[in-house]
Formats: sequence, C-alpha cells, structure tokens
Amino acid sequence: MADATAPFRIKGETGEWEVVIGLEVHAQITATASKLFSGAATAFGAEPNTQVSLIDAAMPGMLPVPNRECIRQAVRTGMALDAQINRWSRFDRKNYFYADLPQGYQISQLFHPLVGEGEVEILLDEKDETSGKRVGIERIHVEQDAGKLMHDQHPTMSYVDLNRAGVALMEIVSRPDMRSPAEAGAYLRKLRAILRYVGSCDGNMEEGSMRADVNVSVRKPGGELGTRTETKNVNSVRFVMQVVDYEARRQVELIEEGGAVAQETRLFDPDRGTTRTLRSKEDAHDYRYFPDPDLLPLELDDAFIEECRSSLPELPDAKRKRYEGLGITPYNASVLTAEAETARWFDALLETGAQPSQAANWVVAELFGALNRLGKGIEESPISPAQAGELLGLVADGTISGSIAKQVLEITLETGEEAAEIVEKRGLKQTSDTGAIDSEIDKILEANADKVADYKSGKQQLFGFFVGQTMKAMQGKANPQVVNERLRAKLD
Amino acid sequence: MSELTSLTIAQLRDGFRGGDFSAREVAEQYNAAVASARLLNAYTVETPDDALAAADAADQARGGGELGSLAGIPLGIKDLFATRGVNTTAGSRILKDFKPEYESTVTANLRKAGAGMLGKLNMDEFAMGSSNETSTYGPVISPWRRSDGGNAALAPGGSSGGSSAAVAAGIAPAATGTDTGGSIRQPAAFTGICGIKPTYGRCSRWGIVSFASSLDQAGPMARTVRDCAIMLEAMAGFDPKDSTSLDLPVPKWEAGLSSDLKGKRVGIPKEYRIDGVPADIGALWDRGIDWLRDAGAEVVEISLPHTKYALPTYYIIAPAEASSNLARYDGVRYGLRETPEGGNLDAMYAATRASGFGAEVRRRIMIGTYVLSAGFYDAYFTKAQKVRTLIKQDFEKAFETCDLILTPTAPSAAFGLGDKTADPLSMYLNDVFAVPASLAGLPAMSVPGGLDEQGLPLGLHLIGRELDEQGVLNAGLAIEERAGFTAKPKRWW
Repeated sequence: MADATAPFRIKGETGEWEVVIGLEVHAQITATASKLFSGAATAFGAEPNTQVSLIDAAMPGMLPVPNRECIRQAVRTGMALDAQINRWSRFDRKNYFYADLPQGYQISQLFHPLVGEGEVEILLDEKDETSGKRVGIERIHVEQDAGKLMHDQHPTMSYVDLNRAGVALMEIVSRPDMRSPAEAGAYLRKLRAILRYVGSCDGNMEEGSMRADVNVSVRKPGGELGTRTETKNVNSVRFVMQVVDYEARRQVELIEEGGAVAQETRLFDPDRGTTRTLRSKEDAHDYRYFPDPDLLPLELDDAFIEECRSSLPELPDAKRKRYEGLGITPYNASVLTAEAETARWFDALLETGAQPSQAANWVVAELFGALNRLGKGIEESPISPAQAGELLGLVADGTISGSIAKQVLEITLETGEEAAEIVEKRGLKQTSDTGAIDSEIDKILEANADKVADYKSGKQQLFGFFVGQTMKAMQGKANPQVVNERLRAKLD
Repeated sequence: MSELTSLTIAQLRDGFRGGDFSAREVAEQYNAAVASARLLNAYTVETPDDALAAADAADQARGGGELGSLAGIPLGIKDLFATRGVNTTAGSRILKDFKPEYESTVTANLRKAGAGMLGKLNMDEFAMGSSNETSTYGPVISPWRRSDGGNAALAPGGSSGGSSAAVAAGIAPAATGTDTGGSIRQPAAFTGICGIKPTYGRCSRWGIVSFASSLDQAGPMARTVRDCAIMLEAMAGFDPKDSTSLDLPVPKWEAGLSSDLKGKRVGIPKEYRIDGVPADIGALWDRGIDWLRDAGAEVVEISLPHTKYALPTYYIIAPAEASSNLARYDGVRYGLRETPEGGNLDAMYAATRASGFGAEVRRRIMIGTYVLSAGFYDAYFTKAQKVRTLIKQDFEKAFETCDLILTPTAPSAAFGLGDKTADPLSMYLNDVFAVPASLAGLPAMSVPGGLDEQGLPLGLHLIGRELDEQGVLNAGLAIEERAGFTAKPKRWW
C-alpha cells in the first residue's frame, strides 16, 4: 500500500503536477423537522408537493420568518468546527429564474455569513497519529434549498416538486487546502462525522442531505494557483474522490496539450466517472445579491451563544484522545470515534464498567465482524451495549473463555438471549477444575506420544497443538490459563 | 334612515350601538351606493354578501355579545390585500382571477374587529403609480371635477386611487390603503380625505402583495382624523409572521386624540419650498402653519438637507426591491401563463411577464435589475442605501428641535387623466414631499386643508417621530378643526 502521507502527484509529460482542492459542502439541517423560513415538513421521500407551505410556494404577500432552531444548529456546527461565530449576520437574496425556485431568488448569506473561519483536522492514516492535517474552513452560511424538476412524468412537460424548496442548508466552504483525492475524502468523512456528532445534519449523502461542490485546479508543485473548475452536487465521498482524480488528470492533459483550463461549472456523470461542462463563466448568472428587505439582521445574544456551546457533545477528536487515555490503541480509538453512532454505542458499553481496551478490541474485532455479516449498522445492533457489557464481564471474571464468548455473541445476535442465560442454559461456563483438565491432558499426551517426544527434543511450537487439543476435548470450556499451566507442568 | 353613507365611522359606530339603525341597513345602503357608482371604476370586485354577512353578525352581537371596534362598518379593501376566496390581483393582469386561500393579517384584523368588506378597490398595478392609471382595469376616475365647468376626468391619485375615490364619493366609509412612497397620502390629498401611513412595522405586511418590502406599509384612508385613528387601531399590531413587524402594543389612538398642541414644536423644512409649486399650495401651507400655531404649537424652521436626493434614492431602492419581489410572477405556479408554441422555460418566462406586466411595472423591474447588476450595484444601490441613512439622520436631527413636521402633501392638485402618462419623471415628482418619510419609516398623514382656485382639494402633510402616530393624528385633528373642510364632490356619476 502506498504511503498515505506521501505527496500526491500527477505525472504528466512535462513533469509532476500538484492538485489543489476546495470543497463547498451543502448540508441539510436535518435536526429540525421544518424549513428555514416556513413551518413545512422536510421528510425525505414524501409524495411530491405535500411538504409545501404558502411561503415555500412563494404565494403573493407571503413573508419568510427565520426558524430559530436552524440558526441554532448552524451555530453549534460552527462551534464544532472551532469557527468564529458572527453575532451579527444578515440574509441576502440571490436572484435568478428557474422553475424549481418559486421566489425567483434564493435567500442566502453572501455579505455577512453566520459563521466565519474555522478548521477541521483530518488523519490521512488512521494508524498514524502524525499523519494529521488541518483543512481551513472559510465560512458557513445558511440558505434555502431549491425544489426539484421532474422530467420523466410527461412527454413534453416538466413537473416541479417543491418539497425541498426552502429546506435549510448550511453551506460549509473550505479553504483550498486539500492536495489529493484521499485528503478530500478524509475531509468529507470527517466533516460528516462532526455534523453527525453535533446532530445538525444526518450526513446522508444518498438522500441528498449532504452534497459537495468540488473545486479543483492543478499547478506545478508550489507554483501559482491554476484556474479552477467547480463540479456541482457530487453526492458521495467516493464520487468526490473520483471527481478530483478525473478533473486533475483532465486539466493536466489539457494544459500539457497547450490548452487552458476554463473557469466553468461542471457536472459529474457517476456512470462514467467523468465530468462535463454545465456552463461557462460567460454564461454565469449575475445573481444581483442584495440584503433581503423582508428580514431583519440576525443578532445573537450571549444566552443563545452560551446555550449553543453548552449543548455541544464531546466531539470526535476529544473523544479519541480520551479513549487513548483509557489505554485503547490509537487505531481502535480512531475507528470507534469515526462515527457518532459507534462512539455513542461504545460509550454506553464503557458505562457498564467494561475494561476499555478489551472492550475496544472486542467491538472492533468481534462485534464489527458480526454486524458486517448481518449487514447491519451499529445503530441496529441486535446486541445492546448493556448485553455486551454483561458478556465482556463474564470473560473478565473468568466465567467463560474468549472462544466461548464468540459463541455466546452469535447466539445473542440470533436469539436476543442474555449472555448469562445462554452460558447457564447451555453449560458453557469455563472450568478451572484441574482434575478434569489433567485427565484430558493425560489422554492427549498418551495418544500423541510421538509429538511429546518431538516437543521434548526441541520442537517448542508443538505446545500450541497440545493446548488446542485440550481445549477441543474440553469443548472450549477450559480456562486457557489453567490449561497452559497444567501442560507446562506435565511437559517441561 | 337615509344617507347612512354620509356618516363617519365614529358616527356609524355610535349610531349602530345606540340603536339608531342596524348594521344591515348600513351595509345595504353602501352596497347600493357601490353598485350605483361603477362609472368611477373604483371597485374591481364588489362583495355585497361579505358586507351583509358581517353586518348580520354585528346585528346579532349587538343583542348581547361583545362588539368589535368596527362592528357594523363595511369597508373597501385595496386589491393589494389578500382576501380569502376573493380576487386579489394587485391591479395586474399577471394575477388575473387569482383567489388566495389566505387572508392578509391586516384584513383579518379588521374582520376580527367586526368590519365587513364592500369589495376590492382598484389601484395602480403592484402599487406603482401616482394616478391609478397603470391598473390593468383602467384608471379610476376621481369624483372631483374642476370648477371651470369642464368635465375633464381627473386622477384620484395613486397608487391607492380606488380607495381615495371610494371614500371621497361616499361608496365606502373608509378603505385600506398602502403607502410605499406616498400611495396613501397623495391620493388622500387629491380627493379631500384623510390618510395615514403609520411607522414602518406597525401594520403587518403578511398577505399584502409586496412592492418594496423595506418601504411598504398599510394604513387607513377615511373622511376624518378620528376615523383614521379608529381604523388604524384595528389594523395595526405585532404579527410573528412578518419579521419586520414591530413587537409593541397598539396605542389607544382614538382615546388619545387631542387638538391642543401646547408645548409642541412644529418644524417647517426650508428645503420643501421648491420651485414650480403653485401659489395655492404655498398659501395653504402658510395657513396650516397658522392653524397649528393657533392650536398652541410653536413653529420653528428646520433643515432636511438631503431632501433633494430623496426622490432619486427612492427610485433606486423601491425598483431594486420590486425587481426581486416580482420575480415570483413567472407563470409556473399561479396567475397568468403564456406558453409560446415550441418555446422553452425561458420563452415562457419572457412571454408571461411581457404580457402580464404593464409598461410602468416593466420599467421599474428593468430599473431595479439594472441598479442591482454587477458593476452598477455600488454606484446605485449601495449609494442609495447610504443616502437613505443620511435622510433618516436628517429627520433625527430635525426632531431634536421639533416634534412634528408640516409640509404640503403633494406639489399640485389632482391632474387630468392622461396628463402625465407620457412623462414618468413628472409623475414621479408627485411624491416629492411624501417620499422622505417613507425612506425614514416615519408616520405621516395627509389632511385636507382647502380647495385650490379650481375647486380641487389640497392636502397638508404631517410627519412625526418614529412611533408617534398620536402626535401626527393630534396635529391632523387641529388642522381639521380649523380648516373646516366640508367640500364634497358634486355627483356626476
């Protein structure tokens, strides 16, 4: 595997090229069930035009009123990105005509965004603490989403679904700080994790609650910035990485053939993994931004800011450091904190009194494997943190062995039975009864006299064979420590 | 009981409560009057059943229940206010036959106070105009005629021209108006009635078709100052559905009426003595000064140095906001839709808007689009916002030395229909005295002061401090009492 921290370079005819990436992420504020300026619902997948208020449909004389909870979630998100919160911000109108835009303008924030500069720390290699990199956040503003055109409902006409019209979005604009597809992917994953921790956005890219505009340019390493293209509405981490890779190579090729990169808006074709021109700079709209006269400036008071801050949960980086402090390996800590759901589940497991490093190993090795086989996410795990805590407790106090624990987990996943009950009912309790163990060992040594001889003449690795045979004979219920001790006593 | 239509709201209210007549009698007389005055073209829709239903409810409530402040009073409603199930078109073809499923906050407040609706009143298209000639329904004809014996049709002012004509002609005891840059006050002056634009934010804009959001404000147009106070009390109030609505209690303006102006200082802005204003208007202004002095006020000269920039500032800001506010009329969801054969979405937009908007609205959309365009934004829009701030500061400074400002309402009496349609700039000049108070968001009122030499009404204009509608109304009352304006248009329709 290539070194994740080595600089990413595109090899062209004229030498190596560096790629420069900035992302504008549109994250729907899913924490609230209503839109940015109206009380209409925002559920995904509803029948067309069933979640549209008079305001969303821009009926004559309708006025927007900011939804306080949307503002609160955007502020909390800004805080989680360690960003400047602007006490005074304002909404502007971005004017353009399109059938999915009922007002004829989008209410957004150009001149005075709600959130200013912040940053996100990404790890390029989960196992390497030193592979960290900071990606700057330029700003976050809140704005309305547009509706959706449906072109497949009628032979000659397009239909309009306004369910999304007016839905609250946070536009999170990064600095052009990323230099490889992997960095762009890591940034997007990390951002999504933070949004999920905060709870402001569910980060569900398939349902469109998070999507990215990808800005890409290329240059000779360390040289002047090149002309960038913007590829709109890319809706998965993998696609974002594909766009970066494709665009960078396309641009290098273009420049090396003597052409020039046009500053333009492009569209991603997920089937082909390519991008194509949507509109050139010349066709760009003049959006005629101006302050929305229907809305007063947003002014945040101390109490509001304080509430936002105090309601923030422990964030991924802080949690990872705390886990490491508990003796959990950096890799496990990183895996366990990557998603809010995992961390929440694991925290609940720790609350049962489970030994942290063992619990971490068990979750990463055993539980993830089992869930993978079941095709389930941790939030749908059939075993609860409390049940898992009980299971790990039985291992810790020597009631069952690690291998029996695997069996018990499988049974719990299948039947939902409690670990102790399974162990009790099926007689899986570990035994440290030296009499029983000794008698099995004696039988095994007798039956394998040749191997005993080999062992004694120096084939030390055969010790494992004897342990395995003994455990098998004991149906996995023997305390491995006792088996080890007894075998050593008899063989050495 | 005859001639109920000659009574003021206060008289109707008191007579109805005292049992002199029923609300149904009032509604019936008004319905008949409305139907007999169609020549004026004041109403675009008549709603006699609405007026009767409200009257019957009032008559029933009189028996025992609690009576709202406007119980038994039928009103005319400017077509800019959304009225549930009743055509609401802003005088525009693009909203032809549009019937909203909702009721504007202001009209809902009036209904809550017991008022009924006689019908929807004609107006300049999207409230853009000063003569009611830009309406898709054709101009309203003022009930007033010159005393020269000619029968030239005169403008009732605008944009609330249907409202002013209806109140002056006695086919509504009072009407709602809206004022963006004089649209209540100038038509009130042209037709010899009272009209007040309250402080920006007093009346909710929810459900009023937007022209220029930062300027639009609803207000009453009525025959007397007292009637304005009664009606404004019912219209005003905080509305959480309008972010720019003021979260303040509504003062008891009627109860607070007093024409004793002792201790009040009235400012006379020297910059308002502009060239080309008829002598009659200057003379009336002087009489107004005397009347206020007579009522106990001290008169002081003040300066509003940025007044000369008010009109150009207004004609940047209002069209800029309008160009955006009117973008929603695109043929997609409601209203007019024109689909040229084989045309795409852009062709539909172009055809719909070209056919749906009249010339003045198109002109203002183009001006507004221009001043917001990249490369021109700072020179026009940003500059205009700065001047607007300076104009506000002019008033703040002036109000350090005075409590009220007196000016003429308009630079001329009513002009003939068609006289100014070819020259938009001369039309815009009509609002030269009205616009500064709009830009500053201040309460301002027009009160009839007398007739000019041609027998046409002239208005006096009072501007007050922010939230001081009471001061404006009280000074208006002082003028009303002294002007003794009782002239009525002679019926020709």
